Amino acid sequence: MDALITAENLVKLYQMGDETVRALDGVSFSIPRGAYCAIVGPSGSGKSTLMNILGGLDTPTSGSIVIDGHDIGALDDETLAGFRNQTIGFVFQSFNLLARQTALENVELPMIYAGVDPKERRERAAELLTRVGLGQRLGHKPTQLSGGQQQRVAIARALAGQPALLLADEPTGALDTHTGEEILQLFADLNKEGATVVLVTHDLEVAAATRRTIEMRDGRIIGDHANTPELAHQ
Amino acid sequence: MMRPADLVASATRALQANPLRSALTALGVIIGVSSVVAMVALGSGAQQQVQNSINSLGSNLLIVVPGAAQAGGVRMAVGGGGRDSLTLSDVDAISQIDGVVAVAPSQRGVAQIVANGLNWNTQVQGVTPAYLTARDWTVASGRMFDDTEERQARKEVLLGQTVVDNLFPNMDPVGQNIRISGGTYQVIGVLAAKGQTGFQDQDDIVLAPLTTVKRRISGRNGRADTVSQISVKAASENDLDRIQEDVTTLLRQRHHTAEGDDDFTVQNLASIAQTAQQTTQVFTYLLGGISAVSLLVGGIGIMNIMLVSVTERTREIGLRKALGARQADILRQFGLEAVTLSIAGGIIGLLLGVLGAWLMTSLFNLPLVIAPTNAALAIAFSGLVGVVFGAYPAWRAARLDPIEALRRE
Repeated sequence: MDALITAENLVKLYQMGDETVRALDGVSFSIPRGAYCAIVGPSGSGKSTLMNILGGLDTPTSGSIVIDGHDIGALDDETLAGFRNQTIGFVFQSFNLLARQTALENVELPMIYAGVDPKERRERAAELLTRVGLGQRLGHKPTQLSGGQQQRVAIARALAGQPALLLADEPTGALDTHTGEEILQLFADLNKEGATVVLVTHDLEVAAATRRTIEMRDGRIIGDHANTPELAHQ
Repeated sequence: MMRPADLVASATRALQANPLRSALTALGVIIGVSSVVAMVALGSGAQQQVQNSINSLGSNLLIVVPGAAQAGGVRMAVGGGGRDSLTLSDVDAISQIDGVVAVAPSQRGVAQIVANGLNWNTQVQGVTPAYLTARDWTVASGRMFDDTEERQARKEVLLGQTVVDNLFPNMDPVGQNIRISGGTYQVIGVLAAKGQTGFQDQDDIVLAPLTTVKRRISGRNGRADTVSQISVKAASENDLDRIQEDVTTLLRQRHHTAEGDDDFTVQNLASIAQTAQQTTQVFTYLLGGISAVSLLVGGIGIMNIMLVSVTERTREIGLRKALGARQADILRQFGLEAVTLSIAGGIIGLLLGVLGAWLMTSLFNLPLVIAPTNAALAIAFSGLVGVVFGAYPAWRAARLDPIEALRRE
């Protein structure tokens, strides 16, 4: 299968005072296109650092990571911004919607930075919101929406740039169990439609909802296994 | 690449989010620009006023008076013994100088005038017909006496507008008689009004033939051919300095005086005007400069609020970066917010400044002078303030690390 992400011997060092922290200590893995996988681990395991590198927010100290043909370590700041805009769709734990703007405008935001024509941008944003089940709430502000609805807006926003990779950081962390399951179902549906989805979480139950779990601890991968299909599609 | 329209929309949106804060921030620039505009307009008005006053005395004019001058040629003191130094033969000699259009001797007298049952104290100038040309007077009604009438010492006068207003409030004075120092004179004309010079009312004047005034009004016991002033009009402003030197040289020869020991003074109104201009100009710069300090304070206010805004919106900046905003996009967005604030402040300040200038100039009875270039400059300068003081906060925003920024609460 065609690999979307290929990571080889990734190392990320941080300087914390006099101490050098090895946030990533030789991580290698590969994720094919169309995958639905979770990266799990307790805090300090290096999963957030890995996510930042996967999302083009950070670059590795050494090792190589190629995503959709882009060698992340070789990109400069400006190209990284373009990479985040075109290749990555971010979903955050706390939604990160702009409070003063409507659902529609929030979804338009990445397309503004891509320089998409306003009319086209509005149409696509409306389409995406309809796709995540919010076709009736285009003009609502985030404060007028429930947590689950806000996360759906955030997912629609992540899809706006037709990204090669949907990258979600604890997407159910701020939601109740039931709403969280609905959001995971949405990811599963999007994956069935062809999207590559990577969830980063500390919650093994959430990870079990995906088709593959990569387990991390102390900056290394300590487990990588497929999940049973029943769990993935419950 | 972000579209310019989206950039503007995003900046105005951010400013509208906090209308009171935006207004207060702009207020600094508003006060700065409006005070600069008002102060400069006030200074320019004063300058214009001085210029008008001096122009109304007569253009391209040299005035020769008896007595030595103080240094600079502006202030002059009447030296002892020089009071009768100017004579009619000096006038004839000066009129031979190349480039001189008119030379007009005059003798000043002060007299009580009675007419129509009213009386009025004014200056009576004994002049020759050339005086009208030399001093830019025009006759509004009636006529001027001619050279023959002047030599014959006719008892004919022309009245200035102020004299007419006081002695003939409701009637045409031409053809009427007035009494000056016991003699009866006929009014043959009225002078067109010139207005105030700021120091004195130029229209408070009576013109009479020079010979008449010498014999009957000024009551001087001295020589019959002396005059109190000679007005010399040059053909063009360019000749003025040269003619001033020629007149000085000529009179030194005629009076046998040496430099520093002159018994006469040649005043150049253009140079007096220039001195006055320079004085008021310094005044304008001073006022403008002081006001510019408040504009600077306004700029610092913008920087302060923009820094607060960047701190408050750290998370938003992180999000925008995660979604693909480049450093240049963030820099432009925050820079544009600052510039929008300062230019909006500049426009409002300009309007208020013009209003303030209008109020002050009407209060002080000055002409309202607002050069379009100054107005444009005020707007441009406020824009510059936005760029300068918005640059640092915008740079701080653009340089934020998105990971750190997203982690911030």
